[in-house]
Amino acid sequence: MILIAERINGMFKDVKQAIADKDKKVIQDLAKRQTQAGASYLDVNVGTAAADQQATMQWLVETIQQTCATPLCLDSQKPDVIAAGLKVANTENGIILNSTPLNKKTDDKILDRYIDMANQAGPKAGIIALTMDKNGVPQDIDTRVAIAAEIVSKAADMGFDPQRLFIDPIILPVKVPDAQAQPTNILAAMDQIKLLADPAPHMTVGLSNISQGATERSLINRIFLAMAVSHGLDSAIVDVLDEELMNVVATSEMLMNKQIYSDSFLKAYKGT
Amino acid sequence: MPVPEIVESFTGQVNRITLGATKEQGGSRSSTITIGGAKNVVYGGSVDDASERPVIAIDVIDTAPEDWPEPLFEPYKDVAASPTDWAKKAVDEFGADLICIKFDGIHPDKADKDAAHAVKVTDDVLKAVGVPLVLWGSGNDEKDNQVMPKVSEAAKGENCLIGTVTEDNYKSLTAIALADNHHLITHAPLDINIAKQVNILVSDMGFPLEKIVTFQATGALGYGIEYAYSIQERQRLAALGGDKMMSMPMICDVGYESWRVKEAKLADAPGWGPVEDRGPMWEATTAICLLQAGADIIRMRHPKAVAVVKNFIDKLWS
Repeated sequence: MILIAERINGMFKDVKQAIADKDKKVIQDLAKRQTQAGASYLDVNVGTAAADQQATMQWLVETIQQTCATPLCLDSQKPDVIAAGLKVANTENGIILNSTPLNKKTDDKILDRYIDMANQAGPKAGIIALTMDKNGVPQDIDTRVAIAAEIVSKAADMGFDPQRLFIDPIILPVKVPDAQAQPTNILAAMDQIKLLADPAPHMTVGLSNISQGATERSLINRIFLAMAVSHGLDSAIVDVLDEELMNVVATSEMLMNKQIYSDSFLKAYKGT
Repeated sequence: MPVPEIVESFTGQVNRITLGATKEQGGSRSSTITIGGAKNVVYGGSVDDASERPVIAIDVIDTAPEDWPEPLFEPYKDVAASPTDWAKKAVDEFGADLICIKFDGIHPDKADKDAAHAVKVTDDVLKAVGVPLVLWGSGNDEKDNQVMPKVSEAAKGENCLIGTVTEDNYKSLTAIALADNHHLITHAPLDINIAKQVNILVSDMGFPLEKIVTFQATGALGYGIEYAYSIQERQRLAALGGDKMMSMPMICDVGYESWRVKEAKLADAPGWGPVEDRGPMWEATTAICLLQAGADIIRMRHPKAVAVVKNFIDKLWS
């Protein structure tokens, strides 16, 4: 499973403070710990507090790269912030640009810009595209699938390999009023999205969002992850430092026959 | 009808390993052997994706075999009592890439020879031939734990392939192979889950995954070859998918398994054709089948079968 580690995000207090203080140690410690825990990519999100988001993105990228070579997932809905990060990022081992909607009221060509930037970042660069458009985040299955179809089709038109494309059907917090139908809607949408191309695009979710504001957050995250893996989820933005969650990843992959069982399968997963 | 070009690319690959050590490398081998490295399924992808050329290890038994069928014993009858002459003949006349010394003679139910005997055979064969060696225990855990560490020590510096270790008996031989810098054979009884577990166990002892060759157990043609085939194929696919615990090259024991079956050795079988040809054909067919499942080293016995398989490898890996 392609695990994108979520913790280097300015929405977290410690990271926000580290950005304000230019404290490299906090960021580098998170980068190392998340890498050791099995992260395939490290998400890098400047959050909302930074005055100069482009400079902050560059500072975070450089700070992380001083301590580890784990590929990065530059996370911003502003193309200029992504572009700033790309200027200093090492893309040799791959990079993901996270994330773009199909289009925005203010920018009809935003997906094109992300694809162009990924193409310039080398053959291993991917993008995460949200099933979201100028009308906002859809609540139903059909609109999610329709937007995903337009994203896949646009990528194909631009010669972008579907295996470099991650579709994120957008999880909403289950605690939000009337949002409890969303998890099943997302699973149903995923069943259809994976049929849109052959080979299928990757499917990813920002997992922790589902439990935002709820009690038993880790439990909710774990159970939904296992359910989503059975519907084709092969990537997720997660808290890789949550050991119980990582055990669920290993077990789900084993039960889906993606990893060969052994009595030490949890240990084996960490070694791979 | 045009043949569609199907290209599938994978993220992982089989480990590439080199056996044997020349004088410059601290050993005494005249040459080394490199195996593994496949980046695709057998015959899949481009030429660059193919594995190194598979190799043949001819068995040399440490004591003269008493139960070999006549057609198999015939080519070795003048050398059977001398492992050194046997090894020379296997290399010089039959073209062995490696010699596998099979220590049947140390087994308590057979000749029950001691460690001094096994060490002498190892020393003598190392002096007699220049190819890298495979050193294979008797299969009796207790005796192997007494003798094989001494064998390992006698061959220190020669970068041999030594085995086998199993889920229930891996600690002593793994430790000594690590100390003496050999490669190690992990052994599972036609069970992919146990195969992976043994690799994890030896890796937990600090043995490098990159120095392991797996032995999944072998079934001869007509006697379970499909199990061996599908497990080897599954191991290759796991390696290509990036499973580091399953990315090792593979060894098969085709000689022993082929010559156990009645079709290979039964002389009084009208309608089955001459027994002189049947055994070698059985062995060659089993070997070629398992090469197609991705085997990297094949242990063989009859020179006629070796010639057929070498010819097959020459044609496909040239």
